[in-house]
Amino acid sequence: MGHGVESFGDNSVAASRRLSTLARHLEASSMAESENVGLRRSLTSGFDGDSVFAHVVKAPEDPILGVTIAYNKDPSPVKLNLGVGAYRTEEGKPLVLNVVRRAEQLLINDRQAKLSVLVSRVKEYLPIVGLAEFNKLSAKLMFGEDSPAIRKNRVTTVQCLSGTGSLRVGGEFLARHYHQKTIYIPQPTWGNHPKVFTLAGLSVKTYRYYDPATRGLNFKGLLEDLDSAPSGAIVLLHACAHNPTGVDPTPEQWEKIRQLMRSRKLMPFFDSAYQGFASGSLDVDAQAVRMFVADGGECLVAQSYAKNMGLYGERVGALSIVCNAADVASRVESQLKLVIRPMYSNPPIHGASIVATILRDKNMFNEWTVELKAMADRIITMRQKLFDALRARGTPGDWSHIIKQIGMFTFTGLNKEQVAFMTKEYHIYMTSDGRISMAGLSSKTVPHLADAIHAAVTRLS
Amino acid sequence: MAMRAAISRRTGATPASFGARWASSWWGHVDPAPKDPILGVTEAFLADPSPNKVNVGVGAYRDDDGKPVVLDCVRQAEARIAGNLNMEYLPMGGSNHMVEEALKLACGENSEFIKDKRIAAVQALSGTGACRLFADFQKRYQPESEIYIPVPTWANHHNIWRDAHVPQKTYHYYHPESRGLDFSAMMDDIKNAPKGSFFLLHACAHNPTGEKGHFPFFDMAYQGFASGDPERDAKAIRIFLQDGHLLGISQSFAKNMGLYGQRVGCLSVLCDNEKQAVAVKSRLQQIARPMYSNPPVHGSLLVSIILSDPDLKKLWLKEVKGMADRIIGMRIALQKNLEKVGSPLSWEHITKQIGMFCYSGLTPEQVDRLTSKFHIYMTRNGRISMAGVTTKNVEYLANAIHEVTKSS
Repeated sequence: MGHGVESFGDNSVAASRRLSTLARHLEASSMAESENVGLRRSLTSGFDGDSVFAHVVKAPEDPILGVTIAYNKDPSPVKLNLGVGAYRTEEGKPLVLNVVRRAEQLLINDRQAKLSVLVSRVKEYLPIVGLAEFNKLSAKLMFGEDSPAIRKNRVTTVQCLSGTGSLRVGGEFLARHYHQKTIYIPQPTWGNHPKVFTLAGLSVKTYRYYDPATRGLNFKGLLEDLDSAPSGAIVLLHACAHNPTGVDPTPEQWEKIRQLMRSRKLMPFFDSAYQGFASGSLDVDAQAVRMFVADGGECLVAQSYAKNMGLYGERVGALSIVCNAADVASRVESQLKLVIRPMYSNPPIHGASIVATILRDKNMFNEWTVELKAMADRIITMRQKLFDALRARGTPGDWSHIIKQIGMFTFTGLNKEQVAFMTKEYHIYMTSDGRISMAGLSSKTVPHLADAIHAAVTRLS
Repeated sequence: MAMRAAISRRTGATPASFGARWASSWWGHVDPAPKDPILGVTEAFLADPSPNKVNVGVGAYRDDDGKPVVLDCVRQAEARIAGNLNMEYLPMGGSNHMVEEALKLACGENSEFIKDKRIAAVQALSGTGACRLFADFQKRYQPESEIYIPVPTWANHHNIWRDAHVPQKTYHYYHPESRGLDFSAMMDDIKNAPKGSFFLLHACAHNPTGEKGHFPFFDMAYQGFASGDPERDAKAIRIFLQDGHLLGISQSFAKNMGLYGQRVGCLSVLCDNEKQAVAVKSRLQQIARPMYSNPPVHGSLLVSIILSDPDLKKLWLKEVKGMADRIIGMRIALQKNLEKVGSPLSWEHITKQIGMFCYSGLTPEQVDRLTSKFHIYMTRNGRISMAGVTTKNVEYLANAIHEVTKSS
């Protein structure tokens, strides 16, 4: 890193001295080589001039992101992107929350002020674990203002790169320090989950979750699979608004899951990407997590602000590990730093500063809850409209799951062929598993989608 | 009810938290990790109440008042983007615009390799992130290869390749006696390394040959910051490219644009042809996806704007030269003050070395005395961050160094 060793390059005299030294070395060690010292191809790879990476084959397109790519290519004026899970307004535009804009402006004003010297407002490195205030506020948001676990300093919270980063850092920590290296993930789950945990060093298994027959939760299968998991195994739980199905356990079902997991000593690892976004209430969407923390046991929680604050590209999130005791939490935190430092040294400051600005200010916090509820409500409204539109068309089948499921996504139950048909004939873009992002719908486009579904179901069953 | 009570009595759990109370944590065996040698220094500095304290530890630029600096070009770029753009996800490979500009900076505005689309490049989480992506990629696609890391180097380099599970070796670089480059030992190490070894090179540094068929990976964290001229600081890379090496580059904008906390960088790998570059880029993205999905957008916007706007770029070039010049000035001042105070030792290396850091040659014990007696903070390997030296503290620093070294 340019740690101050002689470069010889301070001036042109030194530079040519260096180059002639270099040339002498080259000549001395390559007597047999051609006299031509011009543009000579170096044997960097040692394999006849081929790159050492010549054998690398192009990776398949990411299935989710590939949908948007295909959508962008389509010239149709009625095309609809129901692929990636980013919120859209009624006008189909991305949304930066007003409160986020205000927070960002405050930050920029602070940075612009020549007199400002507060480190937290300059672009200096954050600590490895991120912005301290952000961490504290994120823990309170997740576990509750009065959480005894926080008061007893049993929680370590570290800023990470959104949900993905939090899951990866948590997974790496588990692979190094936890006695059971198997994680159980629900079937189905977000496409990136298996890769995150595999690369973290864990072995990935699945537990039954979605029941295609009811388009709801396969509760019996879930309990059976968790019950037969080895003692101590890690279990990934979607805190709310399960992705991709939108099917969440009821509070009563959560309680049963909790009891079973504690009795089998299974380690809960929550993925909380939609707090506040699912029901519209931050506290309601945190119920499952808080239930587990309330019983005094340990768990991990990955938190994302991508959707609920619309901070997607800023990559803001946090990993919390709830431990049994304060000194344990502190040691755990020190080990998390060893995972983070060789990955990216310290997390990005911008997004976390925005979050901290909002969470610490009562008015801004309230403003955020209002905007958040509005987003959640719009999605709930879209669910109702789509359901009504399908009923109005007399589309065969039971579509009540559309209004029973929660969060950004709906698992329609449509199969691959039906999806392909909808893309080809109606320019509807969605993942082939039948998942649609409700956030991509508007009152204007619901009829078109309903027509497409109706056609797909009646013509291809 | 009775069954529940019986179970509760056995496990010691209350009925409400059936099976939940553990006698001990799952993490009870977790040892406290050693403090990071570099970042731990700043923590200790911040905790020190002495009015004379000096922080020459971590490498973040300070002005002559010892204050952090936000470059004007950055302020202007930031004012432009505030409130305008959305915060949607970047692609996995990051901002294409930023990457294009970063490549032009590293390889030259008119680089044939850029024109021929032979470079696989992705936005990365500053220099650390770029190195880590490359290390993971190296492990996956050249699993038998080893990485040769110079001695000494930035401590985190060892951590990065270790966590990527790439076996590492070291090669001679620094000559403690002359406090300069140990060129002949370095050449020997390179010649003796098995064919196809990967070598980590510092970009603003000397240029070993490549006839042994090794892979050069450049860590360029100080382009523009070292000499004041980004073109000059990229010389080594340009020479290697001209010589036909297929190399890799980690670029960071942390220091040269003062964007430390934004974590903006770029990883690039020069390939045989466009098809291969597309393949390699796709695999780099595949490594990023399960690590953080896609990189942060804010910093990349700033870099794109600054490098693509002629006025802002001109301003940046002026500002980065200003930072480099101040540091070069402090090197001269520190050496002069040490001579003035009568130090019997040679301090030539202070002005012969280049960049943000000075390898002082101080021993760990001498460093500890500097801290305990004089409240001067640096890493125990004697590395001084020249950015922390100012006209106000250089005399104090020189005196203190003289005090702890005069008996040696």
